[in-house]
Amino acid sequence: MPEAICTSRAAIVDRIRAANRSVDAALCSAEYGSIAREYQQSSSMYRATVLAAFEERLREYGACVYRTASAGLPAKIGEVFVAHGQRSVVAADDFPRRWLPEGFRWQTEAGVDTEALNRTEGAVVTCEVAIAHTGTIILKGVRRLTLLPDRLCCVVQENQIVETVPEAIDRMQSFATDALTFISGPSATADIEMTRISGVHGPRVLDVVIVLSQRD
Amino acid sequence: MSIRVGDAAEAPSFQKAAFALIDDTQLRENVRHATDVITRKRAQVVAEQHDWQELRSAASAIKAHTLRYLDQYLLQFEAACTAAGGQVHWAADADEANCIILGLIQQYGAKEIIKVKTMTSDEIGLNKALEANGICPHETDLADMIIQLGRDKPSHIVVPALHKNRQQVREIFMRAMGLKELGDRPEDLTNAARRYLRDKFLKVKIGISGANFLIAETGGVCVVESEGNGRMCLTLPDVLITVAGIEKVIPSFRDLGVFLQLLPRSATGERMNPYNSLWTGVHKAEGPQQFHVVLLDNGRTGILADQEARQTLYCIRCGACLNTCPVYRQTGGHAYGSIYAGPIGAILTPQLFDMQHAQSLPYASSLCGACYEVCPVKINIPEVLIHLRGRVVRERQSGASPEAIGMKIMSRVFSSRRSFEAAQRLGWIGQWPFVSEGWIKYLPGMLGSWTAVRDLRPLPRQTFRNWWREREKGNNDA
Repeated sequence: MPEAICTSRAAIVDRIRAANRSVDAALCSAEYGSIAREYQQSSSMYRATVLAAFEERLREYGACVYRTASAGLPAKIGEVFVAHGQRSVVAADDFPRRWLPEGFRWQTEAGVDTEALNRTEGAVVTCEVAIAHTGTIILKGVRRLTLLPDRLCCVVQENQIVETVPEAIDRMQSFATDALTFISGPSATADIEMTRISGVHGPRVLDVVIVLSQRD
Repeated sequence: MSIRVGDAAEAPSFQKAAFALIDDTQLRENVRHATDVITRKRAQVVAEQHDWQELRSAASAIKAHTLRYLDQYLLQFEAACTAAGGQVHWAADADEANCIILGLIQQYGAKEIIKVKTMTSDEIGLNKALEANGICPHETDLADMIIQLGRDKPSHIVVPALHKNRQQVREIFMRAMGLKELGDRPEDLTNAARRYLRDKFLKVKIGISGANFLIAETGGVCVVESEGNGRMCLTLPDVLITVAGIEKVIPSFRDLGVFLQLLPRSATGERMNPYNSLWTGVHKAEGPQQFHVVLLDNGRTGILADQEARQTLYCIRCGACLNTCPVYRQTGGHAYGSIYAGPIGAILTPQLFDMQHAQSLPYASSLCGACYEVCPVKINIPEVLIHLRGRVVRERQSGASPEAIGMKIMSRVFSSRRSFEAAQRLGWIGQWPFVSEGWIKYLPGMLGSWTAVRDLRPLPRQTFRNWWREREKGNNDA
């Protein structure tokens, strides 16, 4: 193979410009702005319906979903881990300490290397935004932590749940350049005879604890 | 420049390959089952999306716009990605892309790499190039693993091993992984893959991926997947190399709101696929600390220059057109002789090759239009197929094949009244040995291709022109 000499950048850009000879480069942003976007971009459902839809979608993916008031959150998280017979958990570095229940071995991610994380029973994190329409949770950072352990528990605040994908993308604008992960159910494949199998390389179990907003 | 699309240059014609494949009943059964399942799931989740057509229109408009200003958006992506700590490389063709990637791997002193499913790497024949230089690539997508370990070729752009059933996969895994026992339930096979790869994810230092979307505004990259193998390769290695076609760029972060709704529903019939990873350059806290993007042309600027066919570059590789295509459903993907199979392959492969190879592919379609109807970015595939058939014919006409010469003679005969009518008279006289019971059932030579499949009415004693002349005469007499 010949030595790579990078003259291709100019050549490719020139070929693109030649193919677009009739295009006025100055009109780019005006033309982008005039693209018709008649798809749904805002919410159309009652809050209670949005919440119910989010739960239903998650269950269809095979996730376990729990509801709690904020005062009952630590107990609810404890309940989830007892249900799986789980004794130890690694929490995201920014996971609020006051939410951690008594009686489990806790570590934060900062103290655990990749090898150790691979042997960990489960992880617990918070999310940034969630989408009811697709049953999706969006995380900022925590990429290793939510990937290597076999169980993932995610705490979602009710007011983080939006109805549609465009609303979620809109809420993410301020941290669009962070490392972001969209999670919709446990890791899965349908590569063999189109049979859906949960848990290929990512967590096999996904628990979602929804913290209901205080109502007057 | 040497544009390559996998091994497509050595492939036999579609018609020839298809004849052999339609006799493989196991393959046809596997393909039919898989395409039936995805088509049904897709129909359900598309039906519940009440703004589906509006999403398609917006996606199509965004893609058309992006291609018109492709130079600006690529340079914007390059600047943003570089500012975020990434390095952008440009490759004119497959060889240059392989050369860049190989150079990077050697620079980091690695002997093996882990790969996320990427069609683009198959297009440039990356694995072959790496192996030739003593570097071992590990495919980590379950289907890609089945293909790699079974020394097979992909037959679908989303589910490349859909032509294999569970028993066939079990045999491949047992042989390649050296297992004495293995069940044939999909769970058993998936677990075997999990165990086999986990160690590689933790130890291999370089990951290679493709990209579903490059975001010009932020310099970010988005990869869409299901298994988590993608996240492993994108998160754990020290170095990440992403290879992406130049058409993968979208203008803004906001546009993800359109494409992330269309792609999963079209590709796998899911409301959303389990995992989407988005990253921008290098993130200090975790993930690869060296990030390279290779932007690949490999014939794409040639497609861009053809106004009627440039819509081919809208493609987001969902595979919906394959699943719905009555031709693909019979033959499977291997008949197309290219890693890009089905209707999109039938228009993409010959164009990437500048029509030098794969001239049979624009004919691998009944032009029924099902592909256009399901396409999430509204590529009018039948229109492009017809356009490409025109190009094939024009290229053949310049040659000296019996068909080209025949067509030239026909065109001269048909362009003058006198010679046309003389030909009609000659035909009427010459046809008598072939007429039986009012039909022509056999013709010799090239004309036999017609009578091999249908009978032909003989030329009538009185032609329309004769009849018209006599009628005029009668009118004048009256």
